[in-house]
Amino acid sequence: MFGSQFSGNGGLFQEFRSLEREMGELLGRWAWPLGIRSAAPGTFPPMNIGVTPDKIEVFFFAPGLEPKSIDVSVQQNVLTIAGERQAPAQDDLTWYRKERFEGSFHRVISLPEDVEPDRIQARYRDGVLYVAAERSESAKPRQIQIN
Amino acid sequence: MANKQEVARRPSGDAQAKGQGQLTQKQEPSLVLAPPADIFENGDGIGIVIDMPGVTKDRLTVKSDRNELVIEGEASIDMPSAMQSAYAEVRSARYRRTFVLTNELDADSVEASMKDGVLSIRIPKRAELKPRQIEIQTT
Repeated sequence: MFGSQFSGNGGLFQEFRSLEREMGELLGRWAWPLGIRSAAPGTFPPMNIGVTPDKIEVFFFAPGLEPKSIDVSVQQNVLTIAGERQAPAQDDLTWYRKERFEGSFHRVISLPEDVEPDRIQARYRDGVLYVAAERSESAKPRQIQIN
Repeated sequence: MANKQEVARRPSGDAQAKGQGQLTQKQEPSLVLAPPADIFENGDGIGIVIDMPGVTKDRLTVKSDRNELVIEGEASIDMPSAMQSAYAEVRSARYRRTFVLTNELDADSVEASMKDGVLSIRIPKRAELKPRQIEIQTT
């Protein structure tokens, strides 16, 4: 069902990504040209991007947020999400582990040219923020009839 | 044993995925994520908070016995079958974490709740083992 989403079988694109990461780890810095707005690995919230002929779909794995506090905006095909996650303050606790992200976050993606900025939808459910951007008609693959 | 099987199965999965891309269950059954957790304690017990985005109550199991607390979940996300993944930072929909308990904790009374992809667990201490304030008597 969602196997393809998580396995990341994006072919060449995906292979470049993993190569990029490996090279980066090897050299201690990026050896590859990077997207100018890309974030370091491990940045909160992690995201997956899926593509269909009609839409670009972005999934941000951002649990524990107040939906109203999430800021999703698009400017010139640049999608930005921002927000904050704070742990409730409690005094009498002894902390052993704090692995979860805390504080404000910000992620930016450059959407392809063919999306229509006024047809972008966002939804937050079970801690996943889903943003769908529709692609314009002209960019969709078109079946041409042979007469 | 389980691992061996998966390794053996993988090549066919890869071949399928290259052919059609979408819809193929090119899953990596061995890939289970360890979600980030916060753990704290106070006089009443221990609290655990775990990020499990996409997991709903019915796809979550929390099991505890005297020694261990095992948390497993699977994210369910609606997506069109024709979707191709272009980029993935989260490479699996499965989460698992295991914690070893100590015997002053009451493993039979573990409480768990799920909200917006965040799992909160409360493990109380056995009543007789809660810290007690000892009154100092004066004569």
